[in-house]
Amino acid sequence: MRGVGVRYSRKSRAALDGYSGSVETGEWLGLIGPNGAGKSSLLKAVVGLVDHTGEIEVDGEPLEKMGHRDRASRVAYVAQSPLIPDDMDAHDYVLLGRTPYIGYFGSPTSADRSIVADVLERLRLGEFADRLMGELSGGERQRIVLARALAQQAPILLLDEPTSSLDIGHQQQALELLTELRSTEQLTVISALHDLTLAGTYTDRLTMLHQGEHVVHGSPQEVLTAERLGEIYHVCVSVEHDDGQVIVTPRRGFPV
Amino acid sequence: MAGGTFLLFAIVVGSSIGPAGPDWWRVPLELINRLPLISRLIWMETGVTDAEWAIVWKIRMPRVLLGGLVGGMLSIAGASYQGVFRNPLVDPYLLGAASGAGLGATIALTIGRSATASWPVDPVPTVAFVFAVATVLVTYTVGASFGGARTGTTLVLAGVAVVSFTTALQTFVLRRNLDVIREVFAWILGSLARAEWADVRLVTPYVIVSSIILMLHRRHLDVFRVGDEEAATLGVSVARTRLVIVVAATLGTAAVVSVSGLIGFVGLVVPHVIRLIAGAGHRRLLPLSLFGGAGFLILADVPGRMLESPAETPIGVVTAFIGAPFFLYLLRTRRLGA
Repeated sequence: MRGVGVRYSRKSRAALDGYSGSVETGEWLGLIGPNGAGKSSLLKAVVGLVDHTGEIEVDGEPLEKMGHRDRASRVAYVAQSPLIPDDMDAHDYVLLGRTPYIGYFGSPTSADRSIVADVLERLRLGEFADRLMGELSGGERQRIVLARALAQQAPILLLDEPTSSLDIGHQQQALELLTELRSTEQLTVISALHDLTLAGTYTDRLTMLHQGEHVVHGSPQEVLTAERLGEIYHVCVSVEHDDGQVIVTPRRGFPV
Repeated sequence: MAGGTFLLFAIVVGSSIGPAGPDWWRVPLELINRLPLISRLIWMETGVTDAEWAIVWKIRMPRVLLGGLVGGMLSIAGASYQGVFRNPLVDPYLLGAASGAGLGATIALTIGRSATASWPVDPVPTVAFVFAVATVLVTYTVGASFGGARTGTTLVLAGVAVVSFTTALQTFVLRRNLDVIREVFAWILGSLARAEWADVRLVTPYVIVSSIILMLHRRHLDVFRVGDEEAATLGVSVARTRLVIVVAATLGTAAVVSVSGLIGFVGLVVPHVIRLIAGAGHRRLLPLSLFGGAGFLILADVPGRMLESPAETPIGVVTAFIGAPFFLYLLRTRRLGA
């Protein structure tokens, strides 16, 4: 993936203003920034949910020129709070991920079903296949949604706040799982993350956005500094580096 | 399979019971006698005279079949509408098919009555059909121009506005022509009483084409269940697919409404009953709604012609009177069970 330049605007202030950047194959890019920074807008522009100016290319091919299904086979997207039908069973829900590969009047083939079974097995979700989505816990549902995105078999995975509804244990599980999948599936991951410590721990590189503007891009160590966070988020934090991890801790007091 | 059995049962019951004609138990036997191939193999003495059979075949049968076509069409259209808009309160009249047909029928009955009285063909169904389709077209155009193609909600709200507008127009026309109010009111309440074979032939192609198109989109309706945005990220062309489904459901609905009038409740509640029994997946929901709705309306029409015989109880009254308590019962038991 190369040459990502996005410009997305509404009638009001541009939610994302002339963003340019690139993500390498197999890389995990974290998008951080305060609420309204344009993280979700960038993700939605890439997946084609919002109109945008500028160009987005995957392997040199502009995404806008692709058909809906072609695009969906390149880029999978997990929304911040996905709409999940309670009375659909997990297997059928994950099977929806095969939609881009099924002809207009077609129906899922046995190959599609075995891909779904395989994904569920690898995510250790096999036991939930016949359960209704409404019966599952938040963490289980989150993993099923991820399984749906993986069944899509797109090389690029976009995640909008994948951990926002999870407790600390499930947050860690989900992100560890993504790390593992990224290496086994050769996935390129772009995710918006609120938790800066998690962002600094799991991602390869971070892009910080603020009010639609691109602030800084680089490794977690470069991006996450106490001064910059104080300036952008208006918080008082201390930043520690521990064995490659970046730990951001809120402190009492007023920001610089 | 269960749906087909239910429908067959309904057809036999519906054609057997009526205020005139042969004893009810003779009709199924005579029906078997008259099946094309079987009549050569077996013959049962049923004692049904030709005159009695004429009542069954010329009066009751078209009524039963039309009831089946109307009920099935309204139910499958209702299920599709509910799926495509992800809204359980939606029925096939949502975007103005019914109010448009009502306006068309009112205009045809008031303005055209004296001019068309001598016509060999009753213009009311045609005018109703044209107005129904035109009204939905207006709703879709208005809704889409406000971004309704992208979000179904805008389309639903545009439907509410257009329905109020056409209903107001209809009331206005009616107020100035009070002499036809009884006729218009009877039409609005819906009836299968005047069903003829010609009506059956008229709507059958619409119902078949519309049902086939809707059935072919069952998988798409399942994808719609995760929301427009996520459906789009899964490679579905949301606006176009929704348009195809809405057009198919509307054409079928407009066709049946134009011959039967406005029969309420069926298109809204039958899909919900099927959901409670068989689950919400459209793979089973759509065919079961088609058969279940057809059987339900045929059966609902039986008390309609018997209760106040020789007068007719409007079928819309019967469907709601039987259907509503049954639906509440089902809602209660299923919820408690789950």
